Amino acid sequence: MPPILRLIVQRISLALVVLIGVSMLIFAIARVIPGDPARIALGPNATVEQVEILRETLHLNDPIYVQYGYFVRDISQGDLGVSLYTNRPVTIDIAQFLPATLELVIVAGIMMICIGLPLGMISARYKGQFIDNLLRVVSLLGVSAPSFVWAVILMLLFAYFLPIFPVAGRIEDIYVIKAVTGFLLIDTLIDGNIDAFFNASWHIFLPAFALALSGIGQAARLTRANMIETYNKPYIEMMRAYGVSQFRIASRYAFKPSLIPSLTIIGLDFAAMLGNAFLVEAVFAWPGLSRYGVAVILRKDLNAIVGTVLVISLTFVLVNIIVDLLIAFLNPRIRYSQRPK
Amino acid sequence: MKLKIKILLANPLSVMGLLLISLVFGSAIFADFITPFPLHKGAVVDFSNFNQAPNLTNIMGTDLVGRDLFTRIIYAFRISIMLGVVVLIISVPIGVFMGLLAGYSGGKLDFVLMRITDVFLSIPPLVLAMAVMGLLEPTLLNGMLAVTAMWWPWYTRLIYNLTRSEKEEGYVVAAEVVGASRWHVMFREILPNCTHAIITKMTLDFGFVILIVSSLSFLGLGVQAPTPDLGSMVAEGARYLPDSWWLTVFPGLAILIIVFGFNLVGDALRDMMDTDS
Repeated sequence: MPPILRLIVQRISLALVVLIGVSMLIFAIARVIPGDPARIALGPNATVEQVEILRETLHLNDPIYVQYGYFVRDISQGDLGVSLYTNRPVTIDIAQFLPATLELVIVAGIMMICIGLPLGMISARYKGQFIDNLLRVVSLLGVSAPSFVWAVILMLLFAYFLPIFPVAGRIEDIYVIKAVTGFLLIDTLIDGNIDAFFNASWHIFLPAFALALSGIGQAARLTRANMIETYNKPYIEMMRAYGVSQFRIASRYAFKPSLIPSLTIIGLDFAAMLGNAFLVEAVFAWPGLSRYGVAVILRKDLNAIVGTVLVISLTFVLVNIIVDLLIAFLNPRIRYSQRPK
Repeated sequence: MKLKIKILLANPLSVMGLLLISLVFGSAIFADFITPFPLHKGAVVDFSNFNQAPNLTNIMGTDLVGRDLFTRIIYAFRISIMLGVVVLIISVPIGVFMGLLAGYSGGKLDFVLMRITDVFLSIPPLVLAMAVMGLLEPTLLNGMLAVTAMWWPWYTRLIYNLTRSEKEEGYVVAAEVVGASRWHVMFREILPNCTHAIITKMTLDFGFVILIVSSLSFLGLGVQAPTPDLGSMVAEGARYLPDSWWLTVFPGLAILIIVFGFNLVGDALRDMMDTDS
């Protein structure tokens, strides 16, 4: 087996172990809640018989491991049960709301990489000088406030006081876009409606930036630390001796090895953003998973909570596999260490 | 030790961090004496004075039922600090113990413990806390529980990595050769060499715990009214943007100040550790 394929198989099987664990954890959390799920579902006016019938259909009278078995069987068939809040299958609810959230998180992730990494590179290049200190304080400030605070501040500044960006929503109502992928930025392009595409980009900018701010700070700080470490390596000294330009050294020779440790953290930051998206969506009235998630949590809608957490965790595990493979791709030592012994 | 304090005080950023932290702790401790309207921490109403913009009597304005915002922010510091302390006191020992055990034992125990840690780390922290919080009742105690449940794995991973590298060091091998017990090696030899890392991470985390807890209460899943809390104050005020901007901006900045202070000090501690090695 080629090394890279071996690595993929290995990472996916580890991810499977983790996913099984996640399903057990979620199942456990869902089962330790005080109160009878059947009683909660039917409300206080249901008779004892009705509750008993529902308990039987939900397999609540079986031993706990049998219940877990049913739970896993349903999940593997893509059946997450019916939401008590919307009265629809949870999978349909999630499929409706997830793309908006993912779109927000992905745009924020791109911002984090495209702004955070260059800032870190500049900081490292001018280490100890004014611009480095300034960037360090700015990135630390970015990390130091929850994304909802940034969302509120950005909204006040750039949507109310300087009305540059829209206050809420994903796109103006005048545009009717056929949903193909659920990602508006892609759907508008498929439609060939450039105006709508710019309108959607306009709407996503502020929320995505609010969401990305702490990630940008984190990425800049890490890249700075790693670049400084790399700059002290003998091979960089040699490049300087050969007269290679500073820009080329920074962008080509020092950047790649410094990127590897940052990437792991970027993967973890992505996870944090999936959670923080809830906060930003609440401020910007973004029609994503957040409103649904908070609503079902407040209503103790068991199936929907379990489904939401499961889908978010699955997304996160997938992202981490991708990050791991990217690291392996960037780092020849990992790439070739996977040879069969 | 003396030298280290000197290094810490030589850096203007860490001095600023220390000042911010002392300011927050000091005002929280002496809240009864320094706030202009100590009664406003509870369920008081003063409708003649509601929703006032910042002025000379109410330097940060008043909220929707006429309570002084400055007073409530200072009292909210108390809750935040208490939550930070409790969460770390419970989760750090658990995480450190698991990390030492997994890292030093190796083999099957290592695999099982670290996969359990991975499981917890695969659910975005806020989402896990929200789920726990949502299924239990949203109270202060459950809030602490929820955040604790997601905090220990970070310490497990940190200590696990440290233990794995310390395990090969001469002093550990020496202790093993003399016949020291497993527990002795773990707690008396390896652990003392990890304290620097633990203290640094705890300093940084104190701010982040406050950040997460405020996020939970922002979503309505945390500290409940009338207890003053920074996150729920922002959430409440967000509905009255942009006119009553003070309702969100000041509590938001208050969160920023605490977390920024701890980050500055934590950063300085980390830099110091790096020069040690």
